[in-house]
Amino acid sequence: MELGRVTGTVVATTIYDGLEGARLLIVQPLDRKLRPRGRPVVAADGVAMAAPDDLVTFVSSREASLALPPPPGPVDHAIVGIVDAVEEWSQ
Amino acid sequence: MKIGRVAGTVVSTICSPVFENRKLLFVDLLDLDGNGTGGDVIAVDAVGAGAGETVLVLDEGNGARQVLEAPDAPVRAVVVGVIDEIETLRTSPVRRR
Repeated sequence: MELGRVTGTVVATTIYDGLEGARLLIVQPLDRKLRPRGRPVVAADGVAMAAPDDLVTFVSSREASLALPPPPGPVDHAIVGIVDAVEEWSQ
Repeated sequence: MKIGRVAGTVVSTICSPVFENRKLLFVDLLDLDGNGTGGDVIAVDAVGAGAGETVLVLDEGNGARQVLEAPDAPVRAVVVGVIDEIETLRTSPVRRR
């Protein structure tokens, strides 16, 4: 899993059958210091509660499709948690 | 599997059911000399790893689901070991703290 921030939403009326009803959000991956890392991705919302500006955890690759109701759909990133806090341990 | 160091935890109340009541560890990935590679991963703790420990991270879905006994869960990364020592031919041990 990775940490990310929801920065927007995507609306697609014409979409593959398996993705109908899935909420699509733009997620900017972050490092542990909450600094942006890499390019934003479009992720399906596996918790159905994520909103713009939320800090989230998301999973990528095949596991993403398991975050949505079955059967597994064509999804490569999915939000699996809304983050309350990142607690760093100082070395 | 990957080698990493536990750098923190992630607290998430609203999450996929598989993560409920499980500890999520923020793991910085390391090279064989124990230096950070700049990468990190959030992994489910399966062994009771603690702060600053060098750990073994499985980042592959089938194995992860097997470890957590959750066949249909959207999980990919699991901490599956605490590393005591790494020996390589370049003699660069990472010692357990």
